[in-house]
Amino acid sequence: MHIPDGYLGPATCGVFYVAMLPIWTAASRIVKKTLKARQVPLLAIGAAFSFVIMMFNVPIPCGTTGHAVGGVLAAILLGPWAASIAITVALVIQALLFGDGGITAIGANCFNMAFVLPFAGYYIYKAISYNAPIDSNRRIIAAGIAGYIALNIAALLTGIEFGLQPLFHHTANGQALYCPYGLNVAVPAMLGEHLLIFGWVEAIVTALVIKYLQKQSPELLREGEVV
Amino acid sequence: MKLITKLWIGIAVLIVLSPLGLILPEHFKSGSAWGEWSADEIQKLVGYIPQGLEKLSSLWSAPIPDYAFKGWEEKSLPHLSFAYIMSAVIGITIVVVVVLIIGKILTKKGE
Repeated sequence: MHIPDGYLGPATCGVFYVAMLPIWTAASRIVKKTLKARQVPLLAIGAAFSFVIMMFNVPIPCGTTGHAVGGVLAAILLGPWAASIAITVALVIQALLFGDGGITAIGANCFNMAFVLPFAGYYIYKAISYNAPIDSNRRIIAAGIAGYIALNIAALLTGIEFGLQPLFHHTANGQALYCPYGLNVAVPAMLGEHLLIFGWVEAIVTALVIKYLQKQSPELLREGEVV
Repeated sequence: MKLITKLWIGIAVLIVLSPLGLILPEHFKSGSAWGEWSADEIQKLVGYIPQGLEKLSSLWSAPIPDYAFKGWEEKSLPHLSFAYIMSAVIGITIVVVVVLIIGKILTKKGE
């Protein structure tokens, strides 16, 4: 889901950088108010978890690969704004140091994976786990469904961003300048593979860690309720 | 053992297992992720390299491209797995340091 350099035209890249600026500003303002100093190590673990989970490329035999983002977990535990900062840091380091995701596409990649994904995941988890006791199975199921749907919304957005490019940018003879595939190809491809396979990975890792934390540290989940 | 220590051990285990993300796609002959093809792969897929894509795709030269050391492209899978683990260690170390610094700045006045 890491859009490389060259797949999005300059206008799209610019729009998403501009869209992310107020989001990053709001995130730091809100996190400054809500995050406690003792929660910072957990935020670092959330970012590390997201970084390493994204390295687990899951193969579709003789097809493509994809991966989970691991960002819904941080959103559940620390709130969507803090998660947004943690995932942004992971994505920026991936782009700068490892060329995973383009420099010009950092705005778009952050919008998909560090904004929409943690917010969608957080509110879906909240809605499904509403009023559930801390140790209830409903929380594990809520975490799994939140992971699955949030990753797929992010994949859908990525597909739309790819798919719009041939409409925006093409030569006089119809050749694309950037991503060559339109919405009719990009959206089913991105969404299909995440619905079928990669979404389940996000669902399972998120649900398993929540299950583990229910036993190990229920107070952490209780704290997540107030952010 | 403190919970935070247990979670760090979990991250360490994931780092050691991370080459699975390299080995399994290789084993199942999976190609690039959708939309993350190189210019050469695009040429094969659609018959031409989009002009803008060709220009922008070489914009940034990452120091550890695709989690492999430069010049290691032809190395064996064990070598690449080693580079993958080292990349995870380097990447996560930097990510953690940056988040701790941001966290310190943002929680400066809090308790």
